[in-house]
Amino acid sequence: MNEFIAVLICLAGGMTGGLVGVGGGVLFVPALTVFIGLSQVEGESTSLLMIVVVAIVGAYRQQGYGNVRVREALIIGALSPLGVLVGVALANHLSERALQLAFAALALFMAAQLVRRARAAA
Amino acid sequence: MSASASPDHALLKLAAIGTVAGIFSGLFGVGGGTVIVPLLIFWFGYGERLATGTSLAAIVIIGLIGALAQGGVYGNVHVATGLLLSIPAAVGVVLGTAIQQRIPQVAVSYLFALLLVAIAVELILS
Repeated sequence: MNEFIAVLICLAGGMTGGLVGVGGGVLFVPALTVFIGLSQVEGESTSLLMIVVVAIVGAYRQQGYGNVRVREALIIGALSPLGVLVGVALANHLSERALQLAFAALALFMAAQLVRRARAAA
Repeated sequence: MSASASPDHALLKLAAIGTVAGIFSGLFGVGGGTVIVPLLIFWFGYGERLATGTSLAAIVIIGLIGALAQGGVYGNVHVATGLLLSIPAAVGVVLGTAIQQRIPQVAVSYLFALLLVAIAVELILS
């Protein structure tokens, strides 16, 4: 039963990824930890593998629809390891709570901007 | 933040998006997509479909680097479980991208805003 729920959550995660262009880890991690029983670290690591599969399939489909700028994607992807190093350094120097609240604020700000922009376009 | 930038300026902005996406992947384990999509829309004036498609392509590279680091260095990746659950996830992404072509682009913005609010609430409550 738990495995079946995990399959459904992963289906939903992939669908979310395709709809809004994210990897789906936000749903894969709970599916792997809560319903499969992996630890948090194992869940996050295994979720990364699934994100790669989803992103390859999704990018391939979007390429077919004419919705991928390959050069821009390569530049963004190639520079991300630099960001990961910065992120790890920040995590070592700032409190986790402060970082969580800062990212929450950024997420809410971007959500408001997206809605304002969409309403202006409609 | 204008959409019309010089090539150098555009390269800097792309570099900034990659770095910021990496920072948040490193900090929270959430994929970079949550920052890549909005920033491509705000800074480059991409339509929602182009932003999400380009984001998925960038995530291929970001995820590969992350998975190799985790699997290679720490051995935390459960490969068989991950590949098995990738099957429904891959079916989902095929459905999701197909649906996305059939709904208005602004609907994608609203869905994305909803996802960002959910992430913010989860971070605040955690």
